[in-house]
Amino acid sequence: MQSFWAVFKRELKSYFTTPLAYVFLVIFLFFSGYLAFKQGFFEARQADLRVFFMNLPLLYVFMVPSTAMRLWAEERKTGSIELLFTLPITITQAVLGKFFAAWIFLGIALALTFPMVITVYYLGNPDTGLIIAGYLGSWLTAGGFLAIGCFFSTISKNQVISFVLSVVACAVLVFAGMPTTLNYLSSFLPAGLVSTIESMSIRQHFESIQKGVLEFKDIAFFVVLIIGWISASTIVLDERKAA
Amino acid sequence: MIEVKELRRSFGPVTAVDGISFQADKGEVLGLLGPNGAGKTTAMRMLACFITPDSGTASVEGFDILQNPVEVRCRLGYLAENSPAYGEMTVGGFLNFVCDARGINGTKRKQALDRIVPMCSINSVYHQTIDTLSKGYKRRVGLAQALIHDPEVLILDEPTDGLDPNQKHDVRLLINQMGKDKCIIISTHILEEVEAICSRTIIISEGRILADSTPSELKEKYQCSLDEVFRKITRKKSN
Repeated sequence: MQSFWAVFKRELKSYFTTPLAYVFLVIFLFFSGYLAFKQGFFEARQADLRVFFMNLPLLYVFMVPSTAMRLWAEERKTGSIELLFTLPITITQAVLGKFFAAWIFLGIALALTFPMVITVYYLGNPDTGLIIAGYLGSWLTAGGFLAIGCFFSTISKNQVISFVLSVVACAVLVFAGMPTTLNYLSSFLPAGLVSTIESMSIRQHFESIQKGVLEFKDIAFFVVLIIGWISASTIVLDERKAA
Repeated sequence: MIEVKELRRSFGPVTAVDGISFQADKGEVLGLLGPNGAGKTTAMRMLACFITPDSGTASVEGFDILQNPVEVRCRLGYLAENSPAYGEMTVGGFLNFVCDARGINGTKRKQALDRIVPMCSINSVYHQTIDTLSKGYKRRVGLAQALIHDPEVLILDEPTDGLDPNQKHDVRLLINQMGKDKCIIISTHILEEVEAICSRTIIISEGRILADSTPSELKEKYQCSLDEVFRKITRKKSN
């Protein structure tokens, strides 16, 4: 546990000692706000954050891999991985420490969108439960993408390669649930398979949480997604840490 | 304290370490000597549990590197070849991270830092970012990291590499002092260093042990300087 905290603390601090955190926060906050206003946040004349949350998965497709790509690729490139794994730290502790630090960082970014919340409370009477569910869904989505990014960061020393691969993987998960994709797929795939693809996409589970319904299957989807990719990272790292 | 049994490791078609066995005890400073690519670093990395051997095993203070890697790392101070560190951290922040990871807290941490910082003479750069340090200072930070928990067993991969003559002298003095009550393995290809600090030397080439003796015994046996002994032994093998 002490090793987990050591990695976690170091990692979270390192975001703020480099310009990384500030660049990320500014870009993320700008685009999350911009997209919401552009798509009719005021025009909808409703005191809710539906338009705001709707855009987040797409924004995360690019933003989360940019946080995740450095997690292990950088460590291997600079050789500091040799230091890390000759300290009494197990691979699982290190992977989890880094993952949770990055996840908390993404949570901080998400929390800094609070002016949107203040705006809707100022303008009307929004449903608090819905807003909380919206934030929870967004944070879980970020965690899912982060786990994917973490995995692709372990397979290459090159940050660009891990960025591109994780963007593609995250995009597949988002676009698999788009109505246009599903319509196209249903033209030649059996209905059962199409609905399987739909339920494997982020979109369906994300939207269902957005509606304020916390169902076991939606939470389980994200938990399984995260655990699966994190375990895969651990295995790959064990095999290739010195390569 | 260190027992190596038939350690073997290859990378693809290249056999880096080809079944080496040796022992090292408390009070010994063992110098691993060999040309570039002889397998010194690979052997040390296996002892520090960074890479796993293909076959064979080793133990440090009775703990097996395959069964108890975390226990081994707790008891080991390891300085890697290029003294890797987190460049964006300050020296102080970095040493505190190592204390965190090794579970050195409270007054123990203060004592450890008070001991190690003057010992490695890094007082002047304590608040500086590691990226901005010269090679010699980086090396000393690496050394401080390896010594901070006062380990019984030390593995130092080319500890004096990149240091100026004065610093080299200081580090050798330090190793000599510590060598009395610790077990230290260093790798080097500087022969004067072997004569200055090692109580025993192992010459390896192409992953195999070619000689295991004290520097003076080697000189006596071959009736020439250590320089020539090294050349004779390692060339004989490749011819």
